[in-house]
Amino acid sequence: MSIKAGSFVEILKSFSFNDISGVPDSTFGNLFNIIDDDSDINYFRANREDTALGIASGFSISNRNSCVIMQNSGIGNIINPLTSFNLIYKIHTLIIVGWRGYGGKPNDAPEHWIMGEKTMEYFKMLGIPFMSFEDVNESESEIKTRFNNEIQKHLDEKLTRAIIIKKGVII
Amino acid sequence: MISRSEVIKQIMDNITEDHLLISTTGMISREVFNHNDRDENFYMIGSMGLASSFAFGVAKSNPQKKIIILDGDGSFLMNLGASACIGYYKNENITHIVLDNFSYESTGNQESISKKIDLCNIAKSSGYKKVFELFKFEMKDLYLNNNELSFFRIHVGIDSNKNISRVVHSPEDITKKFKSSL
Repeated sequence: MSIKAGSFVEILKSFSFNDISGVPDSTFGNLFNIIDDDSDINYFRANREDTALGIASGFSISNRNSCVIMQNSGIGNIINPLTSFNLIYKIHTLIIVGWRGYGGKPNDAPEHWIMGEKTMEYFKMLGIPFMSFEDVNESESEIKTRFNNEIQKHLDEKLTRAIIIKKGVII
Repeated sequence: MISRSEVIKQIMDNITEDHLLISTTGMISREVFNHNDRDENFYMIGSMGLASSFAFGVAKSNPQKKIIILDGDGSFLMNLGASACIGYYKNENITHIVLDNFSYESTGNQESISKKIDLCNIAKSSGYKKVFELFKFEMKDLYLNNNELSFFRIHVGIDSNKNISRVVHSPEDITKKFKSSL
């Protein structure tokens, strides 16, 4: 069950996501260390999620596949860039979000309760298509298949898209 | 003091097709548009503070181009973390210009805090290699063809002409035009 962070990175690489920006999150196991060390990937350590989205968007407009990897607590920081930049300029970027506080109170720490409950609502509200990975018992091959499908859809449909991942799915 | 409009006019008169220009929201983008509208201009009409982050990605993916960021004091101060990131990752092909009128002019001249802040020192400590403060602007002091990460703080006055047109291109068209110039 679950997939290793390294396998997830290999999937991203197979779609040429070689330029990635983000803000670390414990949801993804050691994924951030892997992409920081991987010589095939340029990982840019942003200080805030809007900066990460801006950086990834600069790659996207240059026809390079790029994504943001972040924690759901930073969703508030990307609302303005999404509404007044990415969505109106049609600059499409893949956003991979770690789901802290899954299901709301009393899961996880108090600072994650509200966002943990509302995470999907933000993407619904903005009309951003998303797929969630919530089942830690889902088989490795199923998780891989769904990741591949989501990334392929992002590339085919040319839309900003989110993938929301609960702790334990990537280890 | 020289007006922002005059500085922008002189920059736009000296810019070449190798320069990709990313301008911040408000009057700065409007003036760039009115002086010299070109496909290589990216007008960031919303998302105040985001121009430099976006320019970072454009710079890294287009190393053969010179990237010019036209920021204001408000938008520069809004996202200092982005400048730290630009400095850390040594974006040699970025020239970051802050047109500092010490105010949020687009929203009615409310004073910003830049008057008492040493913006050049922020740039220096963030890792910008060449840093200049221009109290009296002359085009000869502004280098647009730098091979090192550069920062210019240009002191400008408040402009009175609010009657210039907005950027008429749709955001989607701005994207298409800019993409076609890469």
